[in-house]
Amino acid sequence: METLITILSGVLVTVGTYLLLSKSILRVVLGTAIFSHAAHLLIITMGGLKTGNVPILGDEDVSAFVDPLPQALILTSIVISFAVTAVILTISYRAYQTLGTDNLEELRGSKYD
Amino acid sequence: MTNLIVLPMALPIIIGIILIFLRPYIKTQRAITVIGLLTTIGISGYILQSVYTDGIMRLDFGGWQPPFGILFVADSFSAILVLVATIVTLICTIYAFSSIGREMENMYFYSFVNFLLAGVNGSFLTGDIFNLYVNFEIMLLASYVLIVLGGKKMQLRESIKYVVINIISSWFFLVGIAYLYAQLGTLNMAHISQLISESGQTPLLTITSLVFLVVFALKSGLLLYFWLPGSYSAPPTAVAALFGGLLTKVGIYSMIRVFTLIFYHETQITHLAIGILAGATLIAGSIGAVAYKDIRQIVAYNVIIAVGFILVGLAVMTQEAFEGSIYYLMHDMIAKSLLFLLAGTMITVTGEKRFDNMSGLIRNYPAFGWMFFIVMLSLAGVPPLSGFIGKVLVGQGAIEAGSFILLALAFISSIFVLYSLLRIFLNSFWGETIISFEDEIPLRKGWMVSFGLLTILMFVLGLGAEYFAPYVADAAYTLMNPQVYIDAVLND
Repeated sequence: METLITILSGVLVTVGTYLLLSKSILRVVLGTAIFSHAAHLLIITMGGLKTGNVPILGDEDVSAFVDPLPQALILTSIVISFAVTAVILTISYRAYQTLGTDNLEELRGSKYD
Repeated sequence: MTNLIVLPMALPIIIGIILIFLRPYIKTQRAITVIGLLTTIGISGYILQSVYTDGIMRLDFGGWQPPFGILFVADSFSAILVLVATIVTLICTIYAFSSIGREMENMYFYSFVNFLLAGVNGSFLTGDIFNLYVNFEIMLLASYVLIVLGGKKMQLRESIKYVVINIISSWFFLVGIAYLYAQLGTLNMAHISQLISESGQTPLLTITSLVFLVVFALKSGLLLYFWLPGSYSAPPTAVAALFGGLLTKVGIYSMIRVFTLIFYHETQITHLAIGILAGATLIAGSIGAVAYKDIRQIVAYNVIIAVGFILVGLAVMTQEAFEGSIYYLMHDMIAKSLLFLLAGTMITVTGEKRFDNMSGLIRNYPAFGWMFFIVMLSLAGVPPLSGFIGKVLVGQGAIEAGSFILLALAFISSIFVLYSLLRIFLNSFWGETIISFEDEIPLRKGWMVSFGLLTILMFVLGLGAEYFAPYVADAAYTLMNPQVYIDAVLND
């Protein structure tokens, strides 16, 4: 199962890289979102997939539970990537309004400003 | 009293949140910001002093004993950087009072400055690698807003690149953390270090360390600096000075922390890589600094040269070199903010961006011109200014370690720094004045106060190097002996 999820995360990175290299801002933003999903999947895989029960407090055998830490990490990371995606979407929309283009080639800027 | 070490991060956050509710009252916002920052400076100074007298301080959040909970750790290195970062933020904010404009002050400018400082201080203080990532994100989110605030065309264009590059580097950071967690099952930096020194740094761990090297190189501008000159020349002067003074330094701090505390066993791979990158950064930064005529580009390339110089100290790994790097970090935070403020003010008063279009500024603004001269000397490393002691100690460390190529590159780069800034000075300040006395824009009092304070700080750091020496030596000692840090966190 871990191998499968790792491959899936690799596929997501491929898709993200492809989107990131395109010229439209919106595709780049989607690429970064897919990137973050890949990282989240990677973290949960690295912590070990279902090896026991749901984590609860108690004095039973610790090895009977799934490691809860990666889930906490992902929760934090999802919130952060949500905020960052919101910010970059807003900036991109405003840039599109002000600059009149969403083509990154045209956003290169000139030497004289 | 260990609860104090959360305040350099918590206080700016609380103040930032309070300021959101005081949006229309700009005077109140300014007053609260200044009072809050002064309090933070006082607390950071107290933390530095008590770390020096009583050893490393630790705060376990929620009472979870390490290695299980998140914790803040203040050693001398962190405490010094927190203190200097807060001082620099205060001075840049004073500059902003009379330069940033009412529209931006109304749009939560001071809140975001406080959030930025919270992220910076949190990154310096945290002892947990995932928490370091979170603090980076706090800092970066605030910086995304600050870079685009104002909404000019150039800002929007550059901020997209800045945001995307930082999202990518944060992604690498997450991947690195995932690999590290898979191998060691812990996130506490001291615990990671202990586990690695027990089991040895396996090749897989070395590869993971290179992922972290890429992350911090992107954040600090170590060779991967392609985003830096553009995005540092887009925002308003006060924001650019904050960025130039603080943001790359957080990347440098994290790199020094990770490669002295965690991955210090395979120096022939990791530290060699850092050395090569630092050398290449010095060369490329020097070429960039003399290649442009746009003042903002020259100043931005000066930031890059300093990054290379500080990390020479990490590459050679001796006590003297670390002391030099720490002195130079303190100096660079102060001097680069001043340089950015001066360069931005030159553009404001002349309306020109290229130095060959300016001339004779020293006739209109004598004090301003001489302060530019002083910061130039300080960055070139002329005694008794603050750059000197750092350069000497890094050089001494490099000789001790036998890294003569890095030594040569580091000192040749100082000449390039001097040349690039001297070109600005000769062209823009000397010669026939282009501003008639009727058209002269008077320098505001707030500007002169912030320039003056930073100049005085450079003299204080240069002349009072002896006074700071015990703190810096303590910080370098902790960096050289990671066991001190581990003992303070785990075996206390």
